[in-house]
Amino acid sequence: MRVAVIRFPGSNCDLDMMAALKTIKGIEPDLVWHEDAALGRGGYGAVILPGGFAFADRLRAGAIAANSPAMAGVKRLADRGVPVLGVCNGFQILVESGLLPGALLRNSTLKFVCKWTHVRVENTRTPFTSGLSEGQVLSMPIAHGEGRFFLPHAELAELEKNGQVAFRYCDSSGRTTPGSNPTGTLHNIAGVCNKAGNVVGLMPHPERAAEALLSPLGHPDGALVLSSLLVRSGGRRRA
Amino acid sequence: MVISNKPGVREPEGETILHDLVAKSGFEQVESIRAGKYLRVKVVAPDPASAKKLVEKMCNELRIFNPAAHSCEVSIGRVPGQ
Repeated sequence: MRVAVIRFPGSNCDLDMMAALKTIKGIEPDLVWHEDAALGRGGYGAVILPGGFAFADRLRAGAIAANSPAMAGVKRLADRGVPVLGVCNGFQILVESGLLPGALLRNSTLKFVCKWTHVRVENTRTPFTSGLSEGQVLSMPIAHGEGRFFLPHAELAELEKNGQVAFRYCDSSGRTTPGSNPTGTLHNIAGVCNKAGNVVGLMPHPERAAEALLSPLGHPDGALVLSSLLVRSGGRRRA
Repeated sequence: MVISNKPGVREPEGETILHDLVAKSGFEQVESIRAGKYLRVKVVAPDPASAKKLVEKMCNELRIFNPAAHSCEVSIGRVPGQ
């Protein structure tokens, strides 16, 4: 499967994402510049928006990148059901472009939080969780200042009802406690998906946890998120 | 334009200014502080009403604010000396 990794001015996890994807047999990643509305050589089976500080977070994290020419191409693919993943700043861009609901506000601590976290898989119907099991606890790091997911009360209830929460921060045994919520994010939300399930955003960095050597626990959990792309829901490997 | 979190959306910067500076410095009458973002936009328009309309259209179309969490107040005045 060919995967486009969109590079914005200020992306800084693009090469880590490329390196992580290259470790997965069956995935062939390409870097695509954000001004390229046609998205490189085309024919991508998935798109990933990596982390960083696109346009230096000016106006608001993700707000300017959401209007980049490549995002028009990403929207076209998303509408056709192509898997799209936004990590950290990529998640912020998806929210600001309207591909995902809600807002990512400043962490309640006002601090940039850089630490390893545990997240619990909440739904396995997305192309980035199809290789995981519900309730599975993954270890991945976060590094952001604006990751407090917010939606007004009624819309949040709707999001929960639709099963659009993909990942929640938890402790090592999978309990979603206030102490395991690093940013004040509502309902411990670390990642969400759109209604169709093909567009996913998450704050933790799978590419920084894609090899055992990178993880303090020695678990390459991030690779499980990325390699889910090759697994159809139901556990069968995609052709 | 003033972009701020909607009522009910916590705003930690204003809370910190209130709790860690203002309230500790003898200004107990101050009940709440909300920080936000301020953009001053210079527009060429025939009259104030159409200038306001243009800025509001720009805010909505380009998502200068995120309607899930923010409100955006547009107020209008003349550029001094023009």
